[in-house]
Amino acid sequence: MSVIHLEELEKSYGDVKALSGLTLDVPSGSLFGLLGPNGAGKTTALRILCTLLEPDSGNVTVLGLDALKDPCEVRKKLGYVAQEVALDKILSGRELLQLQGDLYHLRSIERNARIAELIERLEMGSWIDRRCGTYSGGMRRRLDLAAGLLHQPQLLVLDEPTVGLDIESRGKIWQILRELRSQGTTVLLSSHYLEEVEALADRMAIIDDGRVIAQGTPGQLKQNLGGDRVTIRVREFSDEIESEQVRRVLESIEGVSQVVVNRSQGFSLNLVVEGEKVLPKLREELQKAQFELFALTQSRPSLDDVYLQVTGKTLMDAELETAGQRDTKLERKKTMR
Amino acid sequence: MISPDNAKLPETDFQSPMAELIQETLALTRRLFIQLIRRPSTLIAGILQPLIWLVLFGALFSNAPQGLLPGGVTYGKFLGAGVIVFTAFSGALNAGLPVMFDREFGFLNRLLVAPLQSRSSIVLSSVVYITSLSLLQSLAIIWTAALLGYGWPGVSGILLVAITLLLLIFAVTALSLALAFALPGHIELIAVIFVANLPLLFASTALAPLSFMPSWLGWLAALNPLTFAIEPIRAAYRGPVDLSTILFHAPYGDVNGYGCLTVLMVLTIGLFFLIRPILNRKLA
Ligand SMILES: Nc1ncnc2c1ncn2[C@@H]1O[C@H](COP(=O)(O)OP(=O)(O)O)[C@@H](O)[C@H]1O
Ligand SMILES: [Mg+2]
Repeated sequence: MSVIHLEELEKSYGDVKALSGLTLDVPSGSLFGLLGPNGAGKTTALRILCTLLEPDSGNVTVLGLDALKDPCEVRKKLGYVAQEVALDKILSGRELLQLQGDLYHLRSIERNARIAELIERLEMGSWIDRRCGTYSGGMRRRLDLAAGLLHQPQLLVLDEPTVGLDIESRGKIWQILRELRSQGTTVLLSSHYLEEVEALADRMAIIDDGRVIAQGTPGQLKQNLGGDRVTIRVREFSDEIESEQVRRVLESIEGVSQVVVNRSQGFSLNLVVEGEKVLPKLREELQKAQFELFALTQSRPSLDDVYLQVTGKTLMDAELETAGQRDTKLERKKTMR
Repeated sequence: MISPDNAKLPETDFQSPMAELIQETLALTRRLFIQLIRRPSTLIAGILQPLIWLVLFGALFSNAPQGLLPGGVTYGKFLGAGVIVFTAFSGALNAGLPVMFDREFGFLNRLLVAPLQSRSSIVLSSVVYITSLSLLQSLAIIWTAALLGYGWPGVSGILLVAITLLLLIFAVTALSLALAFALPGHIELIAVIFVANLPLLFASTALAPLSFMPSWLGWLAALNPLTFAIEPIRAAYRGPVDLSTILFHAPYGDVNGYGCLTVLMVLTIGLFFLIRPILNRKLA
C-alpha cells in the first residue's frame, strides 16, 4: 500500500517550470530517498506534499487522504523537516518544542514526556535550554527533527536533512531515521548526496527537471543497468578537445556504449562495456589512435551510474551546472506568504 | 525505552475545538511575550518615549498664559491625553512586525504545516499580545502622569479611557497586521510605520486644540481617528464625563462623546472586515 501517491504534478513559478508531470509512490513503512540535483524540484514536490503549496494541477494523496481537499487531516499525521530550518532565535530549544507541542495540541504531560524522550534520543540535553540563536547547524537540524517527531507522525518528510552538517550530527540523524523505519514509520527524504541515499534508502526515485525518471530499490536500479562500468583517463588532467576525440574513438568500438565526458573529474570518460572481453580491444584501439591509457578503473554499477544512465550526465556535473545560478533569497521572497 | 513513533494516540486525547484554539493561541502569545521580556528594548522605548514627550513638551509651554486652552487647563494637563493615546497608537502600529519577521524567516511555514484548529490563532495571538502590551504602556504613562501632577481621571474615567484605548488599539492592530501580510518585507513595513507615526500625531488634537489650527489642518485633525480617541480621554481628565456633552467643534459640526466612540467602533469593525480578505488569501 502506498502512503504517498503523487500523480502528474505540475507547478510553475512564473516562467520557471519546477514540476512537469511528477508521479511518485511511496510504499508504507519504507525509507524512501528522493535523489536529484539542485533545482530538480525536490523542495517543490515536498512542499506540495506537506500542504504548504498548491500544485497547478495533479493529485496528492497522503495516508489515504486527498491532501488538496483535506489538508488539515494530513497535517495532523505528518511531520515535516524543511530544507531551511526556521527557529526563533530568542526561544530556547525546549521552548520551541513546547510551542510545537501546543500547535499539535498535545496534552502538557504527554508533551513534556515526549520532549524529554526526544532530548535524550537526539542527545540535546547539554544545550536544549540555551537560546536557538546560539546553535550550530547540526544542533538546529537535530532540534528541527525533534520538532517534526514530537507528535509521533506516521509519516516523516525531510528535505535535504544533512546538507552541510558535521559528521556527528549527520550520523545521529541517520541513526534516528533507521530507528524510525524499524518501528514502522514511513520516512521520505530528499537528497542530492548519492551516499546518503545509498546508505539509508530501501526504495528510491531519481528526480530530474521536475519529473521522476527512475524508481525502485537501489539494488534493482543498479541491476537493471547491466554491463560493466569503466572509467578511463588518457592523462591525469585532460581537456575538452582531447576527451571528445577519445570519445569518438571509444564509441566506434563494438561492445562499448554510453560514453560520457566527465567535466568535473578532469575530463575523464565513463563508459559501459559488455563484459571483460571488450577491454583488450579497447586498449588496442586507443593505442592505434595515439592515446595513452593513463588509468582504467572498472566498477560495479553505482547509483551514480544509474543517474548517468537515465539523465546522460553525472550527478556532480548536474550540480555544477546549477551551482550559483539560483537566487534562493529571491525565490524565498517570492514564495513568502 | 523508546516508544514507537507510530503508536496511536488513545481516544481519550480528544479535545474540543475551542480548547485547541485556546491552546494554540496561548502558545503563540506566550512566544511573543518571551521575545518581549528577553529583548525589552521595545518595551522600554515604548514607555520612555512618551514620558520624555510629557516632561519636555509639558515644560515647553509651562509659562504659557493662563486661560489660553479650552477649559482653562494647564498645558501639561492638556497634553496628557494626547500622549496616552499616542503611546497606545504607536504600540499597536508595531503589531505587524513580528508577523512580518515570521513571514520573512520562514517561521510562518512552521505554523502553517501544523494542524492548527484555525489559522486565525496566528492573528489572534498578535492581537492579544499587542493589546495587553499597549494597555500596559498606556497605564504606565497614566500612572506617571498622575505622579507628575497631571491629574487622574477617577475610576469611571479610567473605564472610559480603557474602552477608548481598546477600540483604537484594535483598529490600528488590524491595520498593521494587514500591512504585515500585504507589504513585501520588513523594510517597507517599518517605512510605513515611520511615515504614519508623526504626521498622524501632529494632525490631531494631541498637541494643540482645534481652535489653534489653520482651517486645513483643523479639517485633517477633525477627521483623524486619533482625535476621536484623544478627546474622550481628555474629557475624562477634566472630571466625570457625560458622553452626550460636546467634546470638540469640528468644521463639519459638533462631536460628542457618543460620536467619538461610535466613530472608533465603526473604524475598528470596518478595518477588520477590510483585512479579512487579505488574511484569508495569505493564510488560506
Ligand atoms: N519561489 C520560486 N520562484 C521562482 N523559481 C523557483 C522558486 N522556487 C523554486 N524555483 C525554481 O524551481 C526549480 C525547482 O526548485 P526546487 O523545488 O527548490 O528544487 P530542489 O529542491 O530540487 O533544489 C528550480 O529551477 C528553482 O530555481
Ligand atoms: Mg531543495
